[in-house]
Amino acid sequence: MDMDALIGLLHATIRLTTPLLFAAIGGLYNERAGVINIALEGKMLLGALVGFMVAFSSGNPWLGVLAAAASGALVALLFAYVTITLGADQIVSAVAINLMMLGFTGVVFRLMKAANSGSLSAPTFQEWTIPGLAQIPVLGPVLFRHLPLVYLAFLLVPLAHFIFYRTTWGLSIRAVGEHPRAADTLGVKVRTVRYLTVLWGGAMAAIGGAVLSIGHNSTFIENMTAGRGFIAFSAIVFGKWTPLGTMLASLLFGFADALQLRIQAGILEPLFRNLGIQEVAYQIPVMLPYVVTLVALFFIGKSHWPAAAAIHYDREEG
Amino acid sequence: MTTVTQARESQASRALRWERLINMLLPVLAILASFLIGSLFLWALGVSPVTAYTALVKGAFGNQRLATSTILKSIPLIFAGLAVTLAYRGGVFNIGAEGQLYLGALFAVWAGTRLALPFPWHLLVALALGILGGMIWGAIPGYLKATRDMNEIIVTILMNYIAIFTVSYFVHGPLKEEGWNTQTDAVAETARLPTLWAGTRLHYGVILALICLVLVYVVLFHTTLGYRIRMVGANIHGARYAGIKTTWIMALAMALSGGLAGLAGTVELLGVQYRLIDNFSPGWGFDAIAVALVGRLNPIGVLIAALFFGALRNGANSMQTAVRVDVVVIYILQGLAIVFLIAGSSVDNRIRRWLDAWQA
Repeated sequence: MDMDALIGLLHATIRLTTPLLFAAIGGLYNERAGVINIALEGKMLLGALVGFMVAFSSGNPWLGVLAAAASGALVALLFAYVTITLGADQIVSAVAINLMMLGFTGVVFRLMKAANSGSLSAPTFQEWTIPGLAQIPVLGPVLFRHLPLVYLAFLLVPLAHFIFYRTTWGLSIRAVGEHPRAADTLGVKVRTVRYLTVLWGGAMAAIGGAVLSIGHNSTFIENMTAGRGFIAFSAIVFGKWTPLGTMLASLLFGFADALQLRIQAGILEPLFRNLGIQEVAYQIPVMLPYVVTLVALFFIGKSHWPAAAAIHYDREEG
Repeated sequence: MTTVTQARESQASRALRWERLINMLLPVLAILASFLIGSLFLWALGVSPVTAYTALVKGAFGNQRLATSTILKSIPLIFAGLAVTLAYRGGVFNIGAEGQLYLGALFAVWAGTRLALPFPWHLLVALALGILGGMIWGAIPGYLKATRDMNEIIVTILMNYIAIFTVSYFVHGPLKEEGWNTQTDAVAETARLPTLWAGTRLHYGVILALICLVLVYVVLFHTTLGYRIRMVGANIHGARYAGIKTTWIMALAMALSGGLAGLAGTVELLGVQYRLIDNFSPGWGFDAIAVALVGRLNPIGVLIAALFFGALRNGANSMQTAVRVDVVVIYILQGLAIVFLIAGSSVDNRIRRWLDAWQA
């Protein structure tokens, strides 16, 4: 493989990591506060649709991102009410929300298709080339020629690290996730912390979805997230609930995604021919990100979930 | 003394009756509420909910052909719903029924197209392999949960994608029929489920579904194994303390669950479609989650919920042609029904706690 191909692969890795990173770093907040959120998938999907619709009708992709974040927070509010206030099972509620979002986005998009006879193509973002830095050989083109949302996603990582380990907010979030009763005794508002982190996570996941529809593409496709919300969830587990670990895990999955696209495009064909492989059916590379996620989870072994993960907290209960 | 005991007993039986009533009422209320919200959604789309729901009901039960089709669409849901129920009772949330039914159908189509055997034996071998395929796909997450503490939800979801692409690989490659269509050869006559009555499309899968229903009920509620499964699901620490090998019970529950899900795909293949194609399931494995939860994780409930969701899916096609609202709208109804159901159960728990506190 020559240098250009390698740069292309690494550039695509960063690009494809971005949607995962938004969802995973956002989800990390509520996970650390003890709310398991496998509804990331549904929120991403909704964000992809809403981001696309608003960018399409307003002509401004940034408005699309804002609207996506709002829609994600709205669904997160429903999730938070059902789980935190009513105390319903977090996993079951999340599964229900994923189902609802699959249906909702499907219906709305097909209606939109029916109403617009022309092409459904939304305005997208332009790449921002960072002056100076982009001229560095290899690293420059890999890291500093991206959509603005890509930089934003990666900036969220040190921000999360700072918030978790250097602020009282972060301490409250972690306390609520490890020992809600103790946190409550010390005056931390457990429900408020959980509500806010779930809303934040929902908004971020939805932006991650919008990256797919108006960042990487310029249109929405039914079920376009194709399990990325679940992969983001796995990235949190694989990253051992730390921002840095979560980012590294997301990068691994992003790399697997970039690699499979290249295998499909036949870029690695000479390599395969040297190995004596004549033809690779497209289904094999497509499976790669899911297989990598599974293998990664296998090797991480027993993981230490936040102690109060998925447990409803009720002040009145003994 | 006796009056106190009697009073307590009557209080306990009243609580039991209340519980039974709620168990039956909650799903009905949840479904009604989901239709209500659904009608708001339809109304917002400029569609009359009355017209839409009328088309839905007519499409599901309007004539004998449509009613048969509703039953046919319910059969995979019964198997897959039982699969989710069995695992859930054992404390494992199987979201992988979709992948397991794909694998089951893949194994079955191999047996049905590549083996040559006389009638009942060919069918039995295909069914057995279908169960095996689902069991393997279910046992893997069960085993990983038991030995490596890997979250079964994530593992089953990832394995769904892998299963669907694996089937796609075989449909496009090794099992593809000669010609232009991307589909497998049709399953041999000797491996097909015979029709129940001449002139209808109803096949022996109905009987098989009912047998499995009874089996799951008997195993869960009348055997030691079932007792252990339920104990692990209800209180894992208690079960461990009682000396039950909880991890292995979970793994076993997942394998059995996978086998049932495998049958969902197999029976559909051997009874209705005969050929395997890409995306041959419209999402039965996911519908099964709604079926199991709305059926209150109880085999009879699963039967009723499966018929209900089968009717919904079948009727939705007619609704689509009548009012031009897409079939996927039923996902919204299913999701809403689950949300209302679990929210309702938590509210119910809370009311009961208040009542207890008030009475004490």
